[in-house]
Amino acid sequence: MYQPRNSINSDCENGRKSETKLDLLLSEEAGYLEAKGPRETCKFKQSRIVREIDVANRAKSFSLQLSHGPYRLEYDRNGRFLLLGGRKGHQAILDWYTKNIVTEFHTQEETRDIKWLHNETMFAVAQKKYIHIYDNNGLEIHRLKSLLYIHKLEFLPYHFLLVSISRNGTLSYQDTSTGKLVASHRTKLGSCSCMCQNPHSGIINLGHQNGTVTLWKPSMSDPVAKLLCHKSPICAVAVNSNGRYMATSGLDGQIKIWDLRVYKALHVFYNPKPISALAISDRDLLATGFGSNIQIRKDAFIGQQESLFMSESIPSTEIECLKFCPYEDILGIGHNQGINSFIIPGSGEPNFDALAANPFQTRKQRQETEVKLLLEKIQPELITLNPKSILRPKKEISVDKPAREKFDVKFKLRKHRSKTKRPLKKGAAAMK
Amino acid sequence: MEKAKIKVISRNPADYLRQTRHDIFKQPRNTDPKLHPFQAAREYTRALNAAKLERLFAKPFIHSLDGHADAICSLAKHPVSLSCIASGCCDGEIRIWNLSTRKCLSAVNAHRLHSDGLSFRQCCTEYSTGGDDKSIKIWSLDLATKNSLKEPDMTILSKNIFNAIDHSWKSDIFATCGQVVEIWDEEKTEPIRSFTWGIESHIGVRFNPIETNVLACTGSDRSIALYDVRASTPMRKVILEMKTNTVAWNPLEAYHFTAANEDGNLYTFDMRRLDSALCVHVDHVSAVLDVDYSPTGQEFVSGSFDKTVRIFPVNKGKSREVYHTRRMQRVFCVKWSMDNNFIVSGSDETNLRLWKADSSARLGALTARQKASNNYNKKLKKKFENHPQVKRILRHRHVPKPIHRAAAEKRVILDSQKRKEENRLRYTKPDKVERVPERKKHVVGEEA
Repeated sequence: MYQPRNSINSDCENGRKSETKLDLLLSEEAGYLEAKGPRETCKFKQSRIVREIDVANRAKSFSLQLSHGPYRLEYDRNGRFLLLGGRKGHQAILDWYTKNIVTEFHTQEETRDIKWLHNETMFAVAQKKYIHIYDNNGLEIHRLKSLLYIHKLEFLPYHFLLVSISRNGTLSYQDTSTGKLVASHRTKLGSCSCMCQNPHSGIINLGHQNGTVTLWKPSMSDPVAKLLCHKSPICAVAVNSNGRYMATSGLDGQIKIWDLRVYKALHVFYNPKPISALAISDRDLLATGFGSNIQIRKDAFIGQQESLFMSESIPSTEIECLKFCPYEDILGIGHNQGINSFIIPGSGEPNFDALAANPFQTRKQRQETEVKLLLEKIQPELITLNPKSILRPKKEISVDKPAREKFDVKFKLRKHRSKTKRPLKKGAAAMK
Repeated sequence: MEKAKIKVISRNPADYLRQTRHDIFKQPRNTDPKLHPFQAAREYTRALNAAKLERLFAKPFIHSLDGHADAICSLAKHPVSLSCIASGCCDGEIRIWNLSTRKCLSAVNAHRLHSDGLSFRQCCTEYSTGGDDKSIKIWSLDLATKNSLKEPDMTILSKNIFNAIDHSWKSDIFATCGQVVEIWDEEKTEPIRSFTWGIESHIGVRFNPIETNVLACTGSDRSIALYDVRASTPMRKVILEMKTNTVAWNPLEAYHFTAANEDGNLYTFDMRRLDSALCVHVDHVSAVLDVDYSPTGQEFVSGSFDKTVRIFPVNKGKSREVYHTRRMQRVFCVKWSMDNNFIVSGSDETNLRLWKADSSARLGALTARQKASNNYNKKLKKKFENHPQVKRILRHRHVPKPIHRAAAEKRVILDSQKRKEENRLRYTKPDKVERVPERKKHVVGEEA
């Protein structure tokens, strides 16, 4: 039967309706912490939060005393598995829901950074000289000999790119599905140990000793953008999940919030000591760590808040690394005494999408997701500042011949020049 | 201390895990774009994959039906039965085929010479044949019993040879063409009406399926003439640069027809405006011999002397598909099946070929997931069709070397003509010459 075409307005309305319908399917509610005054939430310490929440969630707050130097930690994309890496070589995978150790081993040499690859079966470790790739049994399955003295690692899961920055400031993109080195850029800004990815666009942000933050993509050997963020070396960089805001911290003790759409600083927070670690949660909570202190700010990208949302300290430690667990209200803290897992209500996204990430994934589902990811692997050339630019392809320049220009014949009047004014011939000049 | 309100995300695993092994997995969804980064780039990659898979699965040839001893010169679709098709051969033999079993149901030597005309009556129990031996034979067809009659129900002898025959879509009349166009009633041995318009020979005749009294006839004087069976005089005539072999009426647009021309082009006309074509379809490198519309009226298929079958969208100048095999020779006749899924072509080397209308489509019933996946892929290809990579993959067709060379040569010729035209326009005073659009260029004259 013929039906008249809907108008745009009614289409929008239908879209809105279906969206509200979908909202009904979002079964979980986000966490929260509410107190009477704005400064009151800051008084809630972990010990009290743990006392007031239900028993099932109490186990999520835990600490591990480990003795192999400052620890880094990393949650996988589902938020289920925790990867620990001690500076002195201790590596471990933990299913932190059940507290089961999946694997644990020692590399016997210095390890600078760790990173999960596309799922929890593989991870990369930047060791003393090379990057080593291990599987979840602790078996070394690969050693990347072409990349030397790596300081920091980053992984782009949709592109299968392992990004590394080396001691001499070379940024390398290694494709982990084909094993090819996709690109290698010299930053020419000295040693660099501060790197993060923009999860929205796949751009890599590097923080340098001269206070600049540079933005990189594999298809360009120069930075796409360069921002002078601080007048001191950069200590940490983080970008939020929708790619709009960037937080940087410098040795001068400042934390600056940047709008990445216009490349302008929105506001500055001051801190008595330089911030050593930054993290941004799924719901845009900003965690900063300095010395043994951790501070959480809510709505940090919207404006200057009167007070902190939460603040904690772990006595006699040095914070090395902060990581929010995806789809959970958990902040993982790596420090020189081991790791801590803190409960930060309202930090995590409550409703996961099983086709994107699933904490309750079965083995079969994991394998299927891996195949899907590989089939839909995005080519490295498609990384751009605006990830939607692919929807508007550039017009191909037509190679039509230009219309022939009108040719005017110009008659040059030959001037009669006297013999004395004529330029000398080459031979004649030589003879003179 | 006052009590604070604290809530922490706490998922009950029972809500997310299946209860038994026979249950399906629960897959909660969240459409928040934050959880689905790189949506555009991933869609593009999927579109690229879909385009590649389409070309990978493009295997249009289904079967070759052999049995005739000479070139196949006419084909007719059964008006009701999808599987039944009749073919007429140059040695005068007629065969009835069952396409689903891929078997010949019956064969009969109908004429002494070519059996050029072949058409089914709409009440589908009879079919008529007209041949070069100046006779029309009407046969009855019973699909239930396999051995059909060896003798025709009725034979009409005439003074003229017959080049084509077509039944009206509504009434019992049929039209033949040869030296004159004649309208016959099945009960009578003399034509009830005959038309001439100074044309010495007519090549093809087709009844309009919607305006059932109108018929189009192509003549050897390069004309397409329109007749109304109720009137005693012909309606209109258009003369093109070269001879038109056949016409096919659009089954959905009552006034539109497409003409298969000797110059390798197809011209879609509106019956009411014959001074200019609606669209010129160029891709064949040699004369187009037959054309037939899909039942949806969106596309048509054409068979050519260059040994290829091409499928054109009605409103596009270029073909979307080209079919060829190493063994297929000049294609004399093509038909599009009434379920829109298949194409039958009859060619010089005595074989009938069955093709898929959508070259990469899967035959047989599809599961709901396959259907959903097909629809999604189709939409993706549509969305990214203008991207250079996707476009390149979707557009590329391998053609045999002679056709490739001929197409290149044709391109050179057309380019040079175009260049000459441009030069002429550039170096002549603007009011002396005017640009003639391609759609009008091939129309020589119109008579009414």
